[in-house]
Amino acid sequence: MIEGEGFWKFLERQIRVIIARAYVRVVGMNREPSWMLFDVSLPVLYLAAYLFLYKSMNADETFMGCLVLGGSMVGFWMNVLWGMAGQFYWEKEMGNLQIFFLSPISRMSILIGMALGGMYSTIIRTLVTFFLASWLFHVPFHVTNIWTLLAVFFLTLTALYGLGMIGSSVFMLWGRKGLFLTELLHEPVFFLSGFYFPVRILGFVVAGIASVLPITLGLDGMRQVIYGGVTNIIFLPVGTEILLLGILTVLYGIGACYFLNVMEKRAKQDGRILTRWL
Amino acid sequence: MTPAVLTGDLGRTFTAKPFGSKSHKPVTVTALSHVNLEIPPGELFGLLGPNGAGKTTLIRILSTLLLPSYGKAFVGGYDIETHPQKIRSLINMVSGGETSGYGMLTARESLWLFTQFYGIPYNEAFKRIDYLLKVVGLEDRANVKLHDLSTGMRQKVNFARGFLNNPSVLFLDEPTLGLDVHIARGVRTFIKEWMKEEEGRTILLTTHYLQEAEQLCDRVAIISDGKIIACDTPDGLKKLIPGRIRLELVIQPVNGRTPSWNDITGLNLIEEKEADNEILFRFLLNDEGIVHHIMNRLVNSEARILSLKKHEPDLEDVFVAITGKKLCDDETAEPPEIPEQ
Repeated sequence: MIEGEGFWKFLERQIRVIIARAYVRVVGMNREPSWMLFDVSLPVLYLAAYLFLYKSMNADETFMGCLVLGGSMVGFWMNVLWGMAGQFYWEKEMGNLQIFFLSPISRMSILIGMALGGMYSTIIRTLVTFFLASWLFHVPFHVTNIWTLLAVFFLTLTALYGLGMIGSSVFMLWGRKGLFLTELLHEPVFFLSGFYFPVRILGFVVAGIASVLPITLGLDGMRQVIYGGVTNIIFLPVGTEILLLGILTVLYGIGACYFLNVMEKRAKQDGRILTRWL
Repeated sequence: MTPAVLTGDLGRTFTAKPFGSKSHKPVTVTALSHVNLEIPPGELFGLLGPNGAGKTTLIRILSTLLLPSYGKAFVGGYDIETHPQKIRSLINMVSGGETSGYGMLTARESLWLFTQFYGIPYNEAFKRIDYLLKVVGLEDRANVKLHDLSTGMRQKVNFARGFLNNPSVLFLDEPTLGLDVHIARGVRTFIKEWMKEEEGRTILLTTHYLQEAEQLCDRVAIISDGKIIACDTPDGLKKLIPGRIRLELVIQPVNGRTPSWNDITGLNLIEEKEADNEILFRFLLNDEGIVHHIMNRLVNSEARILSLKKHEPDLEDVFVAITGKKLCDDETAEPPEIPEQ
């Protein structure tokens, strides 16, 4: 907040920043409709390979449902990695990062704007992929409680994007080196979070450790609600998962604010905000 | 009156690990050394120096993008380390040769995005944007996506961005770099008009275009190797080298014999350029009597004199006289337009 500026004025300015930064993503998506073709058709094709395999094995429909949901939600993890954490690297390359730091704005507002814009496009992609794959491969789903589903879904997103904001601070300091970290997080997270299978299969300890990633709890919770009544795939009761996701949201939100401040200070000390080749 | 910019003993060093060296000891490079500056509100202050002199480092510190290694700096009376947000609400910065924004947005949308960082209401924002796009000659490209604009046009959009929030203190880091002649002239005219529009507006301009500094600045500081070595009005700086004159001589050597100037006391060879069997020499003379020695050497070498011009010293001469070095390389020495006299 700028000294002498009232809270409401500050809030109004931050909301303007959030809307403006989200606008870039929404407009960008609408002006490049070809993304829909690639972002939807490719995940469905990827899922199709596994679904054909499951079908040939006469696998339980629950497992096919796990696959469809996980495959549809992959977009969020990709968006958090590349569209949130890695975005500061690209902003630096484009010459925008220094403008963010020159302006009297909260870095969190920029990140929230990015997150909302990213969520908008990814939600559309996720929904289309989910319904298309479910329809094409006759995977039935039955939502037991829409409010629980929405609670799990949105808490998963807020915690997940909070984690992405922490990642942004790492990119601010590390720059290109952060890209290696992003590459490193791809496959292990797909595996540990149980994107393509119920995480319970990994055992309680591994699944517990993997629960630091909100998507682990989110996927498990949503599977319980979407494929109503299934019990053989449950890692934790959905109520517990909602509670844990709430805690993660708060922790990652506070962590993002803290790390952004620390990393900004270090970046200003080291002169890394503007050094593009780093 | 609170100075718009004030620095006290300001310095900045960078450490880097040498690449390819057996030694793992980090190397410390001094970018700024004990800089003391005071710029009152309403002044257009120039910082003149060659590449790597520390101009951009100083601007980055003052615009809160970089912390100093030692010393203090204040902008609008606020400490850059303790009140960065307050300073950010007062300032803006434009780096020449830079572009910003998002390719999918139009020039107008891109500028709107940046107005939101300052909380400027919708109608007022677009009024300013349209005016600034006109200034930079892009009114007919306002609704073209940034990635469909040329690099020069994107630079113009970036220049316009710097004025969106009506800053009290504006940092212009080589603002006309890469701009075409016509637009660079327009940009300079706009800068002068913008300063006059409202009392108290301050600009810190870095440049290595001498004419730009002379034409625009109320005062100029010469910076070299991170140190401010002189600071005065352009005329005041020229008085630092009283009685000196600049001589431009073009000769055609005969039988490959070129005159030697090394042992003439009071003669400073600024530049020597050879092309098509013609050699251009630029000298700075301590007094006019030295011309006589030059003529003697020319007679002895039998070289043909193609032209000989005498000039009053300019800021480059001042720079050379003080530092013993040239201000900039040949490619960058000329401003992007013939200066208005």
